[in-house]
Amino acid sequence: MDQGAVKVKRDKKITWKEIKRQKTLLIISFFVVIYGIIFYYWPLTGWIMAFQNYKPAKGILGSEFVGLDKFKFLFEDATFLRVIRNTFCMGALNLLTTTVMAILFAVLLNEIRSSVAKKTVQTISYLPHFLSWIIVAGILHDALSSTGIVNDLLLRANIIDQAINFFAYPRYFWPIVAFANCWKETGWNAIIYLAAITAIDPSLYEAASIDGAGRLQKIRHITLPGIKPTIMILLLMNIGNVLNAGFEVQYILGNGLVKSVSDTIDIYVLKWGISQNDFSLGTAAGIFKSAVSIALIVIGNQLAKRAGEERLF
Amino acid sequence: MKKKKVKSSAGSKVFTVLNSLFMIAFIVITLYPVLNTVAISFNDGIDAVRGGIYLWPRKFAIKNYQTVLAMENLITGAKVTVARTVIGTVSSVIANALLAYVVSRKRFIFKSQLSLFWVITMYVNGGMIPVFMLYRNLGLTGSFWVYVIPGMIGAWNMLVMRTYMLGLPDSLEESAQLDGAGYMTIFTKIISPLCKPVYATVVLFVAVGQWNSWFDAMLYNRMKTEYTTLQYELMKLLSSVMQQSGNAAAASERGSAAAAVTPITVRSAATVVTMLPIICLYPFLQRYFITGLTIGGVKE
Repeated sequence: MDQGAVKVKRDKKITWKEIKRQKTLLIISFFVVIYGIIFYYWPLTGWIMAFQNYKPAKGILGSEFVGLDKFKFLFEDATFLRVIRNTFCMGALNLLTTTVMAILFAVLLNEIRSSVAKKTVQTISYLPHFLSWIIVAGILHDALSSTGIVNDLLLRANIIDQAINFFAYPRYFWPIVAFANCWKETGWNAIIYLAAITAIDPSLYEAASIDGAGRLQKIRHITLPGIKPTIMILLLMNIGNVLNAGFEVQYILGNGLVKSVSDTIDIYVLKWGISQNDFSLGTAAGIFKSAVSIALIVIGNQLAKRAGEERLF
Repeated sequence: MKKKKVKSSAGSKVFTVLNSLFMIAFIVITLYPVLNTVAISFNDGIDAVRGGIYLWPRKFAIKNYQTVLAMENLITGAKVTVARTVIGTVSSVIANALLAYVVSRKRFIFKSQLSLFWVITMYVNGGMIPVFMLYRNLGLTGSFWVYVIPGMIGAWNMLVMRTYMLGLPDSLEESAQLDGAGYMTIFTKIISPLCKPVYATVVLFVAVGQWNSWFDAMLYNRMKTEYTTLQYELMKLLSSVMQQSGNAAAASERGSAAAAVTPITVRSAATVVTMLPIICLYPFLQRYFITGLTIGGVKE
């Protein structure tokens, strides 16, 4: 109580003088907050549409409220349930494979002694990150086409005797997407693990060498435990993004033949909301995605707390 | 050191060999598809349909590039893309830097509230439909500014800058204030020059994002061909390749009498043109994005 009163008093004392002094900062803040409200907070009011039978002619204020009908429709729609499964499975598969690849690449790159070789490999490894998904999808399409390199190699090795149309079979789609993500992001994601490896105390490695540890043993007992906090925090940060990882590649590479496994929540929103003009249904699907994402972040955070690891908040 | 050399046993040698093989495989898998695209882009169109082109064109032709450079929609797309990259990047860096400067002032009365206001935007957003409606109501759809204004301030870039600014010594600001400098002078004359590395980082991130985006062009400016972007045009080319894979006749639609180009080769040439600027630039900017990622990844 007492302390609070003192604090308030002290704040009050500096307030007027400080406000004047900080005029510039306050003016900038004012404009920035207005901007933030318009572009980030105002769209949240659009969530009302999910509980209405929204008609553009009547607007948000005039449209009829239908409660949870739109959500009911979503969860009775077999397509939407499949779409949730696709988004979640592809997101999880991507997160898992890209993380493992990035760690593997970072650890192995760190073992290269020649700094020129190391630098060259690393520079090349970033390249795909800077290419757009359009380009990556195009490249992938070329590589996997009937005359592409993959079929070419498989035919030459006599593993298959007729070219496979990889984009025509649902069973190939998820692995293709996971591979595309690894191809694009391995080098980029490894940057942060490499930085974490550099921060490991070199004397640990020396001590291990004296004890006769081999290189694999050093990786297992020093490098990997050393970057464990980084791995945990990055996994945490990305768990909330699992549902966000499903739009561009799937949209570009998806086709009628693989629709059952390629369509994601965002594509569903786009199809219903923008193309079919059912804004209410699109918004409801979007809310579902946001809610699950936030739940995933909170769950991840709790798990990390229980494991005694670093947390986001 | 010497001891280590002696100790590099058979096991260690096997490891080195396997590791080198892994890295070579990694480089081949990374580079081959890109080089293959370049090879196809220099190949005769109809010949390319047969496949079997690897790292070198089989029937050399520059017709694909002539076609690409004569395609009006691609030229428009290139102009718009350059404009959005330049204008979008400059405005975004200035806006984010100003905001980061404000929230990194230790005596600023609303610094924690203002930070929280932006951190929340990283986790909660209205979603595609409400955002689409907002832009439409604001008159941003069907205009160039939809590429610039909505993404101008972003929490992640702002926080990277803030972290960097918080690392600068307070005494800089204090001594300048004693000399009578106002907050704007301190920002432009003292803080900004010291923040060049982190500004460069954000420039890189924003510019690459602008250069590579296509979804906004499709969603907001589908009907406005004058605001199309390079990547969106590339996407249309890719769809035509995917729909008519191997159908060389589709190319004659372009009116090129010789029909020596096909969607496959034209798309490859357009891809090369689109990725060239980035491929030429990124190796020189490595230290900037490494700085940015390390700052951004460590906390918040």
